[in-house]
Amino acid sequence: MKIVIKNGHVVDPSQGIDGVCDLVMEDGKIKEVKSEKSKGKGQRHENNRGTKEIDASGKLVLPGLVDLHVHLREPGYEYKETIRTGTAAAIRGGITSLCCMPNTNPVNDNSSVTEFILKKAASEGACRVFPIGAITKGQKGEELAEMSIMHEAGCVAFSDDGRPVTDSLMMRRAMEYSRILKVPLISHCEDLALSAGGVMQEGLLSVTLGLKGIPPQAEEVMVARDIALAELTGGRLHIAHVSTEGSVALIRSAKKRGMADVTAETCPHYFSITEEAVGSYDANAKVNPPLRSRKDVEAIKQGLHDGTIDVIATDHAPHHRDEKLGEFDVAPSGISGLETSLGLSMRLVDEGVLTYSGLVEKMALKPSGIVGIDRGTLRPGAEADVVVVDCSREYRVDAGEFLSKGKNTPFDGWALSAKPVLTISLGRIHEWE
Amino acid sequence: MGLKSKDLVGIKALDAADIEQILDTAAGFKDVLGRDIKKVPALRGKTTVNLFYEPSTRTRTSFELAAKRLSTDVINFSVSTSSVVKGESLRDTALTIQALGADFIVVRHPCSGVAHFLANNLDASVVNAGDGTNEHPTQALLDLFTIREKKGVIRGLEVAIVGDILHSRVAKSNIYALKKMGAGVRLIGPPTLVPDVLKDLDVEIYSDMEKGLKGADIVMMLRIQVERQGKGFFPTTVEYFRNWGLTPERLARAKESALVMHPGPMNRGVEISSDVADGMRSVILDQVTNGLAVRMAVLYLLAGVKG
Ligand SMILES: [Zn+2]
Repeated sequence: MKIVIKNGHVVDPSQGIDGVCDLVMEDGKIKEVKSEKSKGKGQRHENNRGTKEIDASGKLVLPGLVDLHVHLREPGYEYKETIRTGTAAAIRGGITSLCCMPNTNPVNDNSSVTEFILKKAASEGACRVFPIGAITKGQKGEELAEMSIMHEAGCVAFSDDGRPVTDSLMMRRAMEYSRILKVPLISHCEDLALSAGGVMQEGLLSVTLGLKGIPPQAEEVMVARDIALAELTGGRLHIAHVSTEGSVALIRSAKKRGMADVTAETCPHYFSITEEAVGSYDANAKVNPPLRSRKDVEAIKQGLHDGTIDVIATDHAPHHRDEKLGEFDVAPSGISGLETSLGLSMRLVDEGVLTYSGLVEKMALKPSGIVGIDRGTLRPGAEADVVVVDCSREYRVDAGEFLSKGKNTPFDGWALSAKPVLTISLGRIHEWE
Repeated sequence: MGLKSKDLVGIKALDAADIEQILDTAAGFKDVLGRDIKKVPALRGKTTVNLFYEPSTRTRTSFELAAKRLSTDVINFSVSTSSVVKGESLRDTALTIQALGADFIVVRHPCSGVAHFLANNLDASVVNAGDGTNEHPTQALLDLFTIREKKGVIRGLEVAIVGDILHSRVAKSNIYALKKMGAGVRLIGPPTLVPDVLKDLDVEIYSDMEKGLKGADIVMMLRIQVERQGKGFFPTTVEYFRNWGLTPERLARAKESALVMHPGPMNRGVEISSDVADGMRSVILDQVTNGLAVRMAVLYLLAGVKG
């Protein structure tokens, strides 16, 4: 079948395209991006030759987004999210490929769990799922997991996310060993001793709310350690959810030195809101690393702007409603992020932090490159993963309407403008008003 | 007359007029407590539930007696802290208590924010009897009442608060209340327990107790939790006392008329010497008596909000 998305503003940094074009797809692959003016205004229709035409006048047409950091919760925590609901939420957010973190139950630390996830995703998933395997068995930080067997089974990266690899020697070995696979280790940078018991950013607000604070340095000392180990070992390091000014500075200087193979991601909540969102103990604003200060938010934006931070990922961490109700100290950390990611990130374009092209780089092209998957592009022959985005109408975020089981978001009720209205993934067209 | 909110979750949410009104009302109840018949029928037919997730005989007894003096029925509901960890829903417990027809829920809980949570989720009036390391508003109010009673005014006084400010809900509530009422506040203790960021609240911070006490009108000592030694906050209680224990010599740095306060229970020889605790300038037992009058005033005024 042939699909043509006509008259949209196509943005594809992989080919340097940023203008009104027609996007032609055939048999599930991108066929071409036609830049000459074509007619085809008005509604979409099926013409005689079985071509589906979609009018995207006034809308953005982007490669399907690629999310490096998602907690799908299955197996083990299906009451929080499943592969079915998580991938449906991804599609709603314009994300057509996602990498799922291994902190499930059982942990994805062996190929049978990897195979389970891939099988489940193949039968129930609305988008492509690329599993991330655990670095260490049970994410305990004690013994290496079978990385190369898991890699063969389909893992595209390794991480003990949710926890750091606390033991520096274990992290060193993991980085050295991972070189045989040429895959990144994704590091959750947190000095557990420094952050112990903490539930929000440390500062005046944490003291006056009576909540235990986490200093930015709990992240930064581990960022510094991992950069040092990457320099030592030559392993590929990808730093997850960068949230502080100091981390940005460390990564910037590491990239400048050029001695370490390091990339980094941040998440929409780290450039959209501050610790103030905790307000009067709103557990929906409890996340790890915690929401930081205004100066951190500005530094994250600067890091995105100057290329220090390569990727915007969601760290989608859905939780059951009951878990976020009650004592702030007891509530689990995390934000359900798949369905607000693009809307929040597009604000960076409005603010002049990123261009459209820069945004697509951070949300599609670069993440694909980091985990070595052939996505995030509209090059001829690539998978027909596409998202059409309407930026013309303001809408309100309504967490109750999320397709994700996790309604835990501090952005409920926010007015955003960028909204995916059509996503093509796995040969299916999903369309919304 | 009455307060603006149905709840008393913290001093942060009050203004000076609210505080003044509570103190004035408490003064009236203190007169009542001096009579032969100490009970008034003001809140007859109402029900007070003491919901305590932390054991605290002092505070619970004070609230219980205050509620009874106002002729409310009192139910004590103690929940073990382990149920918090077990994930027993706070909301379910609270809704159950509300369904029993409670008009007042006096709550103490080891987690900060719990009083806010209950106040937002229940129709009953919630009184915070201490939540985590956040606030303990009635303690601050009774401290202010005691200061006003002894000194006549609060505005312009210099109040030194000594000890574990970081973990003390009593200190937090007192800082807010004293600042709102126009007093100067100095915080004294080791940097591990007195975070620098508190300077933003327009208070002075001292690690040197001799300097910090100089010319103070009030010396408010906090209870040091002995468990904090060995956790890196300070090496030993011996060293703590050496640096921050209130001795007669140190007290001599404060004004001659300075009062010594302590929310109790005291660790004699850790944060305060017995000479001082039992000395002429100690108003520690007055604080206990005044606590009753202040808690009566709070319940009485909250009932006014509910109509
Ligand atoms: Zn993480």
